[in-house]
Amino acid sequence: MEMVKRPLPAGFQKVSGDDNTEEYFINMGPQHPATHGVLRLVLRLDGETVRECVPHLGYIHRGIEKQAESETYLQYVHLTDRMDYLTSHMNNHSVCMAIEKAVGIGVPDRAEYIRVMVLELNRISSHLMMFGCFGGDLGAQTALLYGFKEREVITDIFDELCGARLTMNYFRPGGVANDIPDTFIARVKKVIVDVERTLEEFDRLITGNVIIQERSRGIGILTREDAIAYGCTGCVLRASGVPYDLRKDDPYSIYDRLDFDVPTKQNGDSFDRYVIHIDEIRQSIRILQQCIEQIPEGPYRSKEKPSYRLPAGSYYAATETAKGIFGTYVVAEKGDKPWRIHSRSPNFANLSPIGKMVKGHMIADVVTVITTLDILIPDIDR
Amino acid sequence: MAAPVILDTYFKRTVLGALGLLKGMSVTLGYFFRPSRILTEQYPENRKTLKLHPAFRGEVIMPHDENGDHKCTGCTLCEKACPNATISVLNTKNIAGKKVLGKYIYRIDQCTLCGLCIEACPFDAIHMGNGFEHARTQRDGFDLILNKKEGRG
Ligand code: SF4
Ligand code: SF4
Repeated sequence: MEMVKRPLPAGFQKVSGDDNTEEYFINMGPQHPATHGVLRLVLRLDGETVRECVPHLGYIHRGIEKQAESETYLQYVHLTDRMDYLTSHMNNHSVCMAIEKAVGIGVPDRAEYIRVMVLELNRISSHLMMFGCFGGDLGAQTALLYGFKEREVITDIFDELCGARLTMNYFRPGGVANDIPDTFIARVKKVIVDVERTLEEFDRLITGNVIIQERSRGIGILTREDAIAYGCTGCVLRASGVPYDLRKDDPYSIYDRLDFDVPTKQNGDSFDRYVIHIDEIRQSIRILQQCIEQIPEGPYRSKEKPSYRLPAGSYYAATETAKGIFGTYVVAEKGDKPWRIHSRSPNFANLSPIGKMVKGHMIADVVTVITTLDILIPDIDR
Repeated sequence: MAAPVILDTYFKRTVLGALGLLKGMSVTLGYFFRPSRILTEQYPENRKTLKLHPAFRGEVIMPHDENGDHKCTGCTLCEKACPNATISVLNTKNIAGKKVLGKYIYRIDQCTLCGLCIEACPFDAIHMGNGFEHARTQRDGFDLILNKKEGRG
């Protein structure tokens, strides 16, 4: 049958030399289950091969930064939960650090230990979710459920600790909202044992699986230069061979007292980006074990205040979340409300090289790349 | 010469793939014999036995004692602490001309359950309750009045 040829839209040139094929566009998302939220990718395809991929954003823009201008600093903390909700403790931490820096509040030792333990638990839970999604998106539904199952135990700890499972609002300038319950340490110990066992299972179930390896090795390679140029951070950067981790390179809180490694991989492909998450869980467990031994007695918060007034000026604090560097930039004028707050979200920068990464791969590989970039759309749009 | 090599790798990959699958299956099979690691909550069947952590933030409540009194003085600190105007404290005057709490309005559809109001209250008059089934089929009915009677007990 004769193929009906349609002219390409203005400005587009046919790339492939084959006259029997036709290039076409397809919208992946915004309601596609594999794009992890409302991300819309416009794909230019030749057959099943991706020629171009352009992400379109803004489907879940809530104006959090603008909203922040009409809320006090204390009230703003709970809004950051809703950016990257898988790492909400870490976002809270970044805001609190900026306020502490500006007002000059110290944080008691016990509070720092509680913070770090909670942060590392949060990191593990986020990485477990990434593991689950990675398996699920590549067709291993069992992995999806296993990832969530282990994460549930950690979520339950948070539930007991601060009363919420996702939007914690637990950090306060100068410490944390309430002391840890008596059962906390025992439960963390149990989680460590559980997660270590689960990681072995994961290795048997997914990491060693030939199908998974074939689908992820060499897919979506991000070179070291590109990773730096696009401002990628976190696991995405480290999988491309740059050992940069704020916890080591610009230590905040008590990370300089703790002994842990920064796992780095060299290939920058999807498989490396996956494996690095598993390695990081192991390092987080090491941190947790040290914290359990060292946690001192004492107050969990320095003197409480109903509102914080920052001296005029601008302040920046950054934390290494499970996804990358989350920074909070506060411009303060007089009063208890910020003049402007900007958040540097890791997911936005991590998503930006996707056009380069999926070029020349199949549609199914786009899914692999998205899931190993470990992006979360509400954090991109804010 | 090329054909056997391709066949060889193809064969190898197939066998390895099948082995990997079986290895993975052994993990899943293990769960059949270890039901102790099952975490699933059979909600809503287990509604009666469902236990939440006491700290769970489900809704703002104002506990009343056996006489039907509450501790709220109508100081409006919680109203000021709330990020999204969920709480309105409407005060009135009692017979002695003293300012007392009239109505404590709590709009649950607006609440983000952040818990800042609880922290702000100096009299421990409001708490976070465990109730979480707030779904309704109609829009009205979300404005709750938390105090049972006017004034402070
Ligand atoms: S929990 Fe937060 S949003 Fe809800 S009423 Fe209290 S302060 Fe307002
Ligand atoms: S609940 Fe507490 S903070 Fe709110 S008005 Fe009553 S006494 Fe004041």
